[in-house]
Amino acid sequence: MADTMAASTTARARARGGRRLSAFLPGAPQLAAGRWGAGGLALLVWLGCLWVLVARLARVVEALGGSWDERLALATLVAALATVWGWSWWDAGRAEGPRRVGVSQWDLAVRAFSKNRTAVAGLMVIVVLYLIALLTPLLAPHDPALQGDLISERYVGLSGAHPLGTDQFARDVLSRLLYGARISLLIGFVSVGISVTIGTLLGAIAGFMGGILDGIIMRVVDMVISFPQLVLLITIIALFEPSIFLIVAVLGLTLWPGTARIVRGEVLTLREREFVQAATALGYSKRRIILRHLIPNALAPVIVAATLGIGNTIVLEAGLSFLGLGVQPPTPSWGTMVADGRNVLLNAWWLSTFPGLAIVFTVLSFNLVGDGLRDALDPRLRS
Amino acid sequence: MTQHEAAGAAKSAAKSAAKSAASSAATAAANSAAPSAAQSAARSAANSAAQSTEVEPLLAVRDLRAWFLTDQGVAKAVDGISFAVREGETLGIVGESGCGKTVTSLAILGLLPNPPARLMDGSSVSFRGQELVGAEEKRLRALRGNEISMIFQEPMSSLNPVFTVGDQIAETLRLHRRMDRKAAHGEAVRLLDEVGIPEPGRRVDEYPHQLSGGMRQRVMIAMAIACAPKLLIADEPTTALDVTIQAQILELLAELRRAHGMAVMLITHDLGVVAEVCDRVIVMYAGQIVESGTVEDIFVRPAHPYTRGLLASLPSVGTPGRRLASIPGTVPSPLHWPEGCRFRARCPSAGEGCERAQELVALGDGRAARCWRVGT
Repeated sequence: MADTMAASTTARARARGGRRLSAFLPGAPQLAAGRWGAGGLALLVWLGCLWVLVARLARVVEALGGSWDERLALATLVAALATVWGWSWWDAGRAEGPRRVGVSQWDLAVRAFSKNRTAVAGLMVIVVLYLIALLTPLLAPHDPALQGDLISERYVGLSGAHPLGTDQFARDVLSRLLYGARISLLIGFVSVGISVTIGTLLGAIAGFMGGILDGIIMRVVDMVISFPQLVLLITIIALFEPSIFLIVAVLGLTLWPGTARIVRGEVLTLREREFVQAATALGYSKRRIILRHLIPNALAPVIVAATLGIGNTIVLEAGLSFLGLGVQPPTPSWGTMVADGRNVLLNAWWLSTFPGLAIVFTVLSFNLVGDGLRDALDPRLRS
Repeated sequence: MTQHEAAGAAKSAAKSAAKSAASSAATAAANSAAPSAAQSAARSAANSAAQSTEVEPLLAVRDLRAWFLTDQGVAKAVDGISFAVREGETLGIVGESGCGKTVTSLAILGLLPNPPARLMDGSSVSFRGQELVGAEEKRLRALRGNEISMIFQEPMSSLNPVFTVGDQIAETLRLHRRMDRKAAHGEAVRLLDEVGIPEPGRRVDEYPHQLSGGMRQRVMIAMAIACAPKLLIADEPTTALDVTIQAQILELLAELRRAHGMAVMLITHDLGVVAEVCDRVIVMYAGQIVESGTVEDIFVRPAHPYTRGLLASLPSVGTPGRRLASIPGTVPSPLHWPEGCRFRARCPSAGEGCERAQELVALGDGRAARCWRVGT
């Protein structure tokens, strides 16, 4: 009895100390507790955002009355700071408190995932990348479309004014790289979001209903898959004015068959499980069974496929842009930037190298996270 | 297992009072008719014996034929069965695997996948006077889980792994009883308590994989009785559980039946379970009813050779060291039921007369058996 009281007192004292620390350095108490993934990410985001706030104070103030993406960046900055601070405060105080009773499959997956170091590192990179993409208007040293003096400022190497040099129009490569991140990440995220939504719904309907509906949906899947995707993309883009919206739409509407097949396969096995039969016996409608009972159970492989899919889509978009069919100049995109630099690779190596590296690291991160999720979500692979 | 027989016999004394003029009509018909006409008279009497009892039964199944139209041919999984479940009683349906027990229960709720399954013309399932065969899906949905519930054999996979057990019980209540989130959650806790789960306030937020098999079956039962159904169909509810848990679950079912006045249709291949909890028993073989009667009829005076075979294959404390008897062979495929008596190939007393298709012969007091010998 005395032991437990003493233990709980020290626990409370430790929680109080953790809170005090978390008030200044969110993430630090978690880091000290050995949770380097969550703690490190929180600390990184906290310090990074603070740095933006201090180093770009003038622009932050300007952003208050600025354009919508400047205000979005500002909102992101505030939200990121508040989230990190609040989470750390809550988490540090909770550390020794009573845990929730229910341990869901997701909780188990999160635990398994957080033990996978490379995957957690990948996730950290992705979170930071998305933050950077959103904060770009505050971060970028120059306007990405601003042309410098075409005589003296073309192909300037790495320097103080232009940390990653300038391109053939004397534009700042770093700024273009940052703005390019927005395009790549946006296209990756939105088009995969569209394709996963369509694929999951159609796959679940096909798998559960079977019969004619299954036949129709899966034949459409076969049709979309059998069409050479690049040719389809190039044709559609050649017919219409290329734009970000068009690329997102085309990618979103051509990538769903993969998800549909995965979900259909899952649902085919799930619907034979007794809980689906039990749900029918309890008088649940087909719609309720599909949405509430089948899809949540089929989601694990979809999440993995979606994560890997974002990486693939980023590569695909870079490829399209490289061919000049993607995002049109002067909007910067990583693929266009690599293409722009390929003729002058020997003289101005920084033009292609940095966007190329950005693509590699981004896609690598998504693949690492995807692999980590696959291991974490599959109970058979969980150690 | 062995005391079941004794228990069944003991219980029978108390129950024999309860069964009454149930089928005095059938008795009279069988007794008064001339021997030659006895069979045909008994036949028609037997068909109506189950329904002509008392008032309207809770559930009346008439000439149910559930056939599966497959590429290999027509599988007559359930081939013309009739029975009734009265309010508040426990009806046992026994038989080996593959004799049509589960198909029967799924057919009652309209849960057979169509295609390949089809309820043939003339099949009728009437619940409190409402015809369920051919009823609109919407009406059946309103009935399922609400007035007729079902629990399944495998508690390990009968619960949705991604939701807490409380959420799953609450979902039924919210759907059928239109309860709000908070009320449904409170009711879920109460139900968990009622089915004997310790610390229901804590367990309600746990996920199925955190519970043992017995606990999960209790949760399933809680879901099934959440809306106070009039009929609970339990399809081998204890088969997947170990023996001590089996007894607890059966006791729980009996308790709930008494408390809520619901009827229970217990499907099992375990005669011990039947002896313990059932009032009346139907023995199924090859898609047909081969014998029906009260528990003591079946256990003390089995009329059909198949029932006798099932009873003989029960281990007994009285005669230790004896090899257990078994029924030779297996249930034939529903694609090709044998001609004549379907049990003939496995029947120890098969002989002349068995090549004819057998009719259900009424034996009085609601008893019936599908064997020409019993009538003569």
